[in-house]
Amino acid sequence: MIAAPAPGATWQHRHVLDVDVFSAADIDLVMRTADEMKEILARPIPKVPALRGTSVTIIFWEASTRTRVSFEVAAKNLSADVVNIAAGTSSVVKGESLVDTIRTVEALGADMIVMRHSVSGAPYLAAEVFGGPVLNGGDGWHGHPTQALLDLYTMRARLGDVAGRKVVILGDILHSRVARSNIWTLTAMGADLWLCGPTTLLRGFDAWATRWADGRAAPGHGRFTVTSDIDAALRDAEVVMALRLQRERMDAGLLPSLREYSARFGLTRERLAAARPDALVMHPGPMNEGVEIAADVAVLDRSVILDQVANGVAVRMALLYLLSGGHPEGMSGG
Amino acid sequence: MSADDIRRAVLRLSHEIVERHGGTEGMVLVGIQRRGVPLAQRLAAAIGEHEGVKLPVGALDITFYRDDLSLIAQHPVVKGTAIPFDLNDRTVVLVDDVLFTGRTIRAAMDALVDFGRPRAIRLAVLVDRGHRELPIRADHVGKNVPTAREELVRVHLAETDGEDAVRLEPATVPAARP
Repeated sequence: MIAAPAPGATWQHRHVLDVDVFSAADIDLVMRTADEMKEILARPIPKVPALRGTSVTIIFWEASTRTRVSFEVAAKNLSADVVNIAAGTSSVVKGESLVDTIRTVEALGADMIVMRHSVSGAPYLAAEVFGGPVLNGGDGWHGHPTQALLDLYTMRARLGDVAGRKVVILGDILHSRVARSNIWTLTAMGADLWLCGPTTLLRGFDAWATRWADGRAAPGHGRFTVTSDIDAALRDAEVVMALRLQRERMDAGLLPSLREYSARFGLTRERLAAARPDALVMHPGPMNEGVEIAADVAVLDRSVILDQVANGVAVRMALLYLLSGGHPEGMSGG
Repeated sequence: MSADDIRRAVLRLSHEIVERHGGTEGMVLVGIQRRGVPLAQRLAAAIGEHEGVKLPVGALDITFYRDDLSLIAQHPVVKGTAIPFDLNDRTVVLVDDVLFTGRTIRAAMDALVDFGRPRAIRLAVLVDRGHRELPIRADHVGKNVPTAREELVRVHLAETDGEDAVRLEPATVPAARP
């Protein structure tokens, strides 16, 4: 006997391109489904046949270890057939060849595509061409939806509801797709979100924050705060997420030196003392220890960096499962 | 079936299960989500009353094991599996509200063996309505209800639906079957 699904409790999205189109109810459903996946991961045999016969193709045009492997493990735990394509990281992929690749992959029998691309928006183009679901594993500076969802899952696992809790994202916000996707999920769930970094690496975000503070937030989203005052940002914080500082940013003249960045914005024990005593320390990885985060901070008991990795598998299993269901005509493209 | 009918059926099943097993040694109950779970709890409570033991009760969600998962228009929301005990060498009494095609039970057995190797798996259901599509039968049946294939058997339990009742209804829409 199948109970008819309760209205509003079902998944309405065909793809996971970014989290901006997810409502709080959608995000809740992902979190609850991920709880079930955690239960599977705790079993002696962490594998269920839910995606048996489904072919998941993973194409990464940009380097990655944890995201790609996490998706692969997630798909295999659901008994999907996984095809990995390592596209060259150095070749500039033109629109045409991206489309051709997607068409070829589809002709080879892919039911779902997981992709990472250095060009913002590339997964949207892929989703237009491909007949099945597309999951974005990171596109340019634009979005990294599965990272934002696993970050939220990790926070909720430790803190419960994030509504009203002070969450600080620290570092190179400008070039961070992780920060952008986290803005959408955390404001949707009502967190007190702060973005902190050097002014050169916050460009444009203050305008975004002001627009939302003026009541022009996207429906269902709360406001957030942008500052370069790290002490104000960290004061009484309940979550501190440090972002990777990419060394090539120095060449663009956005930072005087790594040492200066580290001295002013590195997450150290001393700085962390201003946060709540049990504040969670997070990092999407890979870390530059001694630059954006001190080595002794990364291994504190309240550092949940390895939880993030483990939870990533559960969250990606949840998304693969939810997307593998059929979808009636006229369903939202997002 | 009225609330009293359900209560008596559960009580009789609880005696039958113990009698068949020759006691309660090594026995665990696992209810299939959703209504098998409260039924398993009721059976455990009834057995606890007349045997003076507290049997472990688990919950099993079979969604990931369905043979029609790729055919369903929208995936059902998963309701949760919790089997916080070892199944190896135990006798597992699988509990569900209605036995129909047998496909749910097939999925449940596949799920159970992922948790270990039980000594035996027995099946207890409140209602057997016939129309099996797989070679599966129940060991313990609360009530056999002859039905037409299109009819719906609605089991309501206080824990999930606010009342105890079993009703037979004519089909209104072609129902998806497990």
